Amino acid sequence: MEQLMQTLKEQIIRQLNLNDKKPEDIGNDDPLFVEGLGLDSIDALELIVLLQQEYKIKLANAEEGQTVFRSIRTMAQYITDRQAQDAAAS
Amino acid sequence: MSAPEIYITADCVVRDNKVISNGSLLYAQEGAAVTEFLEGFYRHLAIDYPKFFKMDRLSKLGLLAAEVLTKNGRQRAYAPENTGIVLTNAQASLDADIRYYASVSNLPSPALFVYTLPNIVIGEISIRHGFKGENAFFVSEQFDPAMLGFYAGELFRTTPTQACMAGWVDVIGEKYEAVMVLLEKEAAPGAKPFTTEQLTKLYATDHGAINANA
Repeated sequence: MEQLMQTLKEQIIRQLNLNDKKPEDIGNDDPLFVEGLGLDSIDALELIVLLQQEYKIKLANAEEGQTVFRSIRTMAQYITDRQAQDAAAS
Repeated sequence: MSAPEIYITADCVVRDNKVISNGSLLYAQEGAAVTEFLEGFYRHLAIDYPKFFKMDRLSKLGLLAAEVLTKNGRQRAYAPENTGIVLTNAQASLDADIRYYASVSNLPSPALFVYTLPNIVIGEISIRHGFKGENAFFVSEQFDPAMLGFYAGELFRTTPTQACMAGWVDVIGEKYEAVMVLLEKEAAPGAKPFTTEQLTKLYATDHGAINANA
């Protein structure tokens, strides 16, 4: 989980062009939107693309994004859970 | 072309890896690629605006030229509704269009898609400075001072516009060019009359002849 959160920070910085940020600037529990990292609605769409590109995960519905993209930790937990579900199903 | 009460109170020309404002060299970065040059100038200006890095290169170029105009100009505290923007270029948003098209083969990038209109640069400048006045973006094969002068002049004549950023902002591949002016109704020390001749002269600025001591 720690390694996944570190990887996510690097991927988010690259995907969202957060050139003035470093992974260590982003706390695992910092809010990603508004306060905290200050992401916006276009960034939310880019996070959905990131999940698809890097983890082959599609969000089941738009509402899910509000909880999944709350912080780095919630994203990492979602990816871990979905990968476990996929592994169990195969 | 333009009404005699309109003046150029600040100007900014960006090309050949140099930024020149009011005849003086503000910044130079020899040998840098477009993105590197623009981000270098952003850091040189010491602006704290993280959204800059998310923008396409057309918006970055326009935003930086506008930043120079507001820093070096003598812009007064006009009401947001009374400050307009009129920009022109030849390549529209083709630079961003090509990048977006390249992303479509994988997963289309929403962040690239939002820049596939040339007038987005006007929106970015307006958001940054809180402008809410008249605005327009025109695409023409080459810099057309007569058209620019006519349209900006009409804005001052027919609307409550008190100040207006106007000019040419163009990016395609490694080619880029910005020639922008701040227009105001009232003269200020050093202001030049807003005429076709002045715009033509500004566009013809020879960057090679201007150095740090200019």
